[in-house]
Amino acid sequence: MMIGGQSYQAGAGQGRPWTFYALAILFGAYLLFLYGPMLVMYVLSFQGPNGGVTFPMVGVSLAWFADIVKPGQMANIPVSFARSIALASAVSLLTAAISIAAALAFRRRFPGSGLLFYLAVASLVMPSLLVGFGIGLGFKVLGLKPSLFTSALGAQLTWTLPFGVFAMFAVVNRFNRSYEEAADDLGASPWQRFTHVTLPILLPGIIGVAMGAFTLSYDEYARTTLVIGDKNTLPLEIYALISSATSPTLFAIGTVTTAVSFLIIALTLWRIFHIQRRRADAAL
Amino acid sequence: MTSLTRPAAPLPRLLAPALPRRRVKPWLVSWLQVSPLAFILIVLFAMPTFLFAVVSFFDYDRTGIYPAFILDNYRDLLTTPATTRVYVSSLTFAVIVWAITLFLGFNIAHFLIFHVRSAAVRTVFFLLCAIPFWTSGIIRTIAWIPFLGRNGAFNQALMALQLTSRPLDFLLFSDFAVIVVYAHLYTILMIGPIANSLTKIDPSLLEAARDAGASRWQTMVNVVIPLSRTGIVLGSILVVTQVMGDYFVVRQMSGGQSASIVSTLATEIQAMQYPPASASAVVLVCFVGILVAGMMRVADVRKELVK
Repeated sequence: MMIGGQSYQAGAGQGRPWTFYALAILFGAYLLFLYGPMLVMYVLSFQGPNGGVTFPMVGVSLAWFADIVKPGQMANIPVSFARSIALASAVSLLTAAISIAAALAFRRRFPGSGLLFYLAVASLVMPSLLVGFGIGLGFKVLGLKPSLFTSALGAQLTWTLPFGVFAMFAVVNRFNRSYEEAADDLGASPWQRFTHVTLPILLPGIIGVAMGAFTLSYDEYARTTLVIGDKNTLPLEIYALISSATSPTLFAIGTVTTAVSFLIIALTLWRIFHIQRRRADAAL
Repeated sequence: MTSLTRPAAPLPRLLAPALPRRRVKPWLVSWLQVSPLAFILIVLFAMPTFLFAVVSFFDYDRTGIYPAFILDNYRDLLTTPATTRVYVSSLTFAVIVWAITLFLGFNIAHFLIFHVRSAAVRTVFFLLCAIPFWTSGIIRTIAWIPFLGRNGAFNQALMALQLTSRPLDFLLFSDFAVIVVYAHLYTILMIGPIANSLTKIDPSLLEAARDAGASRWQTMVNVVIPLSRTGIVLGSILVVTQVMGDYFVVRQMSGGQSASIVSTLATEIQAMQYPPASASAVVLVCFVGILVAGMMRVADVRKELVK
């Protein structure tokens, strides 16, 4: 009867139970389900100029990628891409800063902590479009014009902040408070303690949260669509294209935007890995 | 060694034990630290929600909306058969997707935590599951079109294997496609929280169950599942609310056969009928709120997250 990780170590020499094989097959099938359709799309985005939206491939070309930057129907894609990157950068920085402060605060109970926690849960589970609807309505009542760095930024923060704060809870929970006590005993001011002890120790987690917020913002559409004003972000531009463009250009856009996401994820993971390895080396 | 060269450093602390910062009340520090979060959630979430709750009682016509206190918007909404139909349809999707993602999520989390022996392999497997979540949901939805279509990759594969003589039509632009895409998008929301609960289970408990003669199945039902309850609840909340709040997947993948609550609502917003749209929004928020509150009664989610 081997279920726990511990019992495996005891019986590592013996064979795996049948459940291992069953679950391994399930996991493999899940990965195929997760990546299969995306791979099909990436391959089809390299379709030859005379090919269609399904197999077979009629040659291989970059024609559909060239279509994205060609002036014409797709003219808005590069501009909206730049807008998305700018917005996501702002969302990412704000989310990381606000989440770390909030997660540190939640280590003790304070008046209103329960209320604020459930407000964050509510903001997370609220149907996304309704958040944008409410903010859009508010701007209308106040006579303000919705725009990228006001209403759209705000709408996205109601989504990235709960995620950021909850992820940061996990980061902070693992943090050993005796480091802070040691800093106190050595005479550090609260600010010194934060910048020289707490922040460096939590840095990998903070970078992770910042990346999560960046990708969530970069791909967000339901909260943003009603509050963006007249200048679309990339996901909204793609959304508008779905009905009109049924050429492999759509797949090419999908391949490019996924490549951007992968690049950001890879850079972040590499950075975190680097920090942790340096730390492991220093510990020796 | 350092203490020999700099003996003065710890002394002031000893001479002045009452440091000035100790006088600041801890809860005041907490308040300062959460103030940006509280400000954003109140101004950009709570107040807008309150606003559409107010507007839901307003009157409107083709030219504008007028402050009033009428219940017509709610009466119209709740007496339309389309409302019931769309709620039943969304709830059905939610239940089916919940069952699928729970089955996949629990088993995959169990595999990753209890069956994968190497920590490095486990991290890599986790990342493989999580990475698509950090890419565009719109793109991941669209990706199914060339895969499931009449001439899509899946049908071509089936025909090449001679499993079917003509392409299957129900795969794309159907309820089937909607469920597939939901499972594709949201299974990770189950895997994460459940895996988080499973890691906290003390392996010695499982050993104890085994020593007491429990079968693999008994250990699972009596030890593992109860101890992963908070993770299951948290994942369920995330998946169910995502499905109930969706307006893109149903619109895109059902081929117009199904509507979702939010896509009906979006149509009203586009027609600038804000009071009835607000009434629909309030009803949906209450409905989702009751669902979430019900699920939260099963486990203390706050304890799981904050500790």
